[in-house]
Amino acid sequence: MDILVCISQVPDTTTKISFIDNNSKFNDDKVTFIVNPYDEWYALVRALELKETLGGSVTVITVGNASVEPIIRKALAIGADNAVRIDLDAVDSFETASAIATYAKNKNFNIILAGKETIDYNGSEVGGMIAGLLNLPFVSLATKLEIVGDHAVVEIDIEGGVEVITSKMPLVLSAAKGMAEARIPNMRGIMAARTKTIEVVAGQSNNLVSVKSFELPAPKSAVKLINPENMEELVQLLHSEAKVI
Amino acid sequence: MSKDRFQGHDFYQIDDLLTEEQKLIRDSVRAWVKKEVTPIIEDHAQRCVFPKHLIKGLGEIGAFGPYIPVEYGGQGLDQISYGLIMQEIERGDSGIRSTASVQSSLVMYPIYKYGSEEQRRKYLPKLATGELMGCFGLTEPDSGSDPSSMITNIKDKGDHYLLNGAKMWISNSPFADIAIVWAKNDEGKIRGIIVERGMEGFTTPETHDKWSLRASATGELVFDNVKVPKENLLPNVEGLKGPLGCLNSARYGISWGVIGAAMDCYDSALRYAKERVQFGKPLAGFQLQQKKLAEMITEITKAQLLAWRLGVLRNEERATPAQISMAKRNNVAMALDIAREARQIHGGMGITGEYPIMRHMMNLESVITYEGTHDIHLLILGMEITGENAFK
Ligand SMILES: Cc1cc2nc3c(=O)[nH]c(=O)nc-3n(C[C@H](O)[C@H](O)[C@H](O)COP(=O)(O)OP(=O)(O)OC[C@H]3O[C@@H](n4cnc5c(N)ncnc54)[C@H](O)[C@@H]3O)c2cc1C
Repeated sequence: MDILVCISQVPDTTTKISFIDNNSKFNDDKVTFIVNPYDEWYALVRALELKETLGGSVTVITVGNASVEPIIRKALAIGADNAVRIDLDAVDSFETASAIATYAKNKNFNIILAGKETIDYNGSEVGGMIAGLLNLPFVSLATKLEIVGDHAVVEIDIEGGVEVITSKMPLVLSAAKGMAEARIPNMRGIMAARTKTIEVVAGQSNNLVSVKSFELPAPKSAVKLINPENMEELVQLLHSEAKVI
Repeated sequence: MSKDRFQGHDFYQIDDLLTEEQKLIRDSVRAWVKKEVTPIIEDHAQRCVFPKHLIKGLGEIGAFGPYIPVEYGGQGLDQISYGLIMQEIERGDSGIRSTASVQSSLVMYPIYKYGSEEQRRKYLPKLATGELMGCFGLTEPDSGSDPSSMITNIKDKGDHYLLNGAKMWISNSPFADIAIVWAKNDEGKIRGIIVERGMEGFTTPETHDKWSLRASATGELVFDNVKVPKENLLPNVEGLKGPLGCLNSARYGISWGVIGAAMDCYDSALRYAKERVQFGKPLAGFQLQQKKLAEMITEITKAQLLAWRLGVLRNEERATPAQISMAKRNNVAMALDIAREARQIHGGMGITGEYPIMRHMMNLESVITYEGTHDIHLLILGMEITGENAFK
């Protein structure tokens, strides 16, 4: 079972977001980056579990410049066998997906796993696009993944229940919460990651999309507390300030 | 205890001075502490029990002898990585960090530094995983700050040594499998010897009713005509420099460790001050509270720089004992002051086990006393800068 896991770098959830270059670029000064949690906690760990029971290998792939290597090193410390970095500052999901699909095309991976979304742009697009580009089945938001014979059995949470599907392999999946339990790198893993190499592949921009600008949401106004006795004031404020009635 | 919302604090971008691997190690230990230590530590401290089940995980996360070479079961890491591991563990609890410090600096270090090749191969790999646990016996009932006055002794009996005496205040003693014991030989010279649990005449009664390091087991080592094989003597050191070499390593680790305790107190106080509203605004909006918080982060930042620089010097094997004394003394006092101020910011809530503050504060009372008291480190510094010995 050879599995490719797509991982990406995202700002830590406590980051104060700001922009530079006329609001066209994310300001990454003083930002702590982490592995996108859906990629690390669920996609990568499930891939490792499958490798541990079925044999094979786990390769992590990310698209980005050399500054993203710490997250690759972490994935290697958690247990990935191989790592690939496509050297490209991708602007949008299509560029990222194209770069990964190009790499994966003739590599015979049985499964390609991604997180259900990144926690910065929340696009949920890369997995589906890779499947489209490679003409493979795609299952999004998978919460459980088992291999039975030559099929993948996948569970997806749906409104009020669970959908169970089987798919031929190779296939592409996006992993949601529940697929695995996060692993903390241990010292043996960190030491082993020292000697694993990161394959760097040149990437090519398709120059289709560019970012014009980013805007921050309006600052949240302070909470107003109104005495429960004073319903009239509440109604007045809902009408004149919140403008909802 | 309430949910662990801890976040590291790095006001001067000291992270830029760390390697990617050092940060990965720090963050992994931090995640491990959040998962394994904080959820259980308050309960263990309240009940005064050492959480023995953490030993395996401590080994896996690299807390036991991280700087010991790989061929002896260690990780061959540098001193800053060791410091960061101690910092993160002590962020959880000084008692757990004490167990890791003792195992690393006071048990594995002397075996590695002063032991024979056979001793290294026999003990180090098992100590690195926690399969074997060790303790360090220097302090005696009548010999604390002045270890040269010890009376525990070994007599050469031809094919073995006969060990007599008693040690007290020994961290890990109640469950340790081996003890590194410092004792005077027939010529009155201090030697180190490895004593194993099960040797006849060797007992380790536990010390009860501590108000500090309650989640760490402390006890005595009592030697009543214990026959110790000759091959258990550490061959390569003689005199006080043996135990002092170990203490230098442990004290260095403590200078990092207490930054963890201080950060935890500061982090909790900062969050509490922002969330708690009195007189119509958050506590953080009052100048008196801002003074406390601003001074805390200033002191933490100074302590981080001291520890980091000392780590660089230790990596280059240039750190002097007086430099280590300065960092241990300054940083422990800094952490204790911060714990006390943070306790006040929490008001009544700071009194309960709902918050980690009082546990850290009480723990730090031991830390400021063991591994050389606050006074003793001042005397070491004083002697270094004046050339005058004020000990006697
Ligand atoms: C929880 C805990 C765990 C410990 N773990 C270990 C361990 O694992 N192994 C081990 O060997 N020991 C351990 N210790 C012992 C510790 O190292 C000693 O308590 C410490 O060295 C101080 O010795 P003492 O308690 O005898 O105090 P004393 O030396 O009697 O000191 C009492 C006071 O007098 C001051 N004083 C002493 N001499 C001077 C001087 N010349 N000038 C001015 N003031 C002076 C001291 O600063 C202190 O304030 C532990 C202690 C505690 C509390």
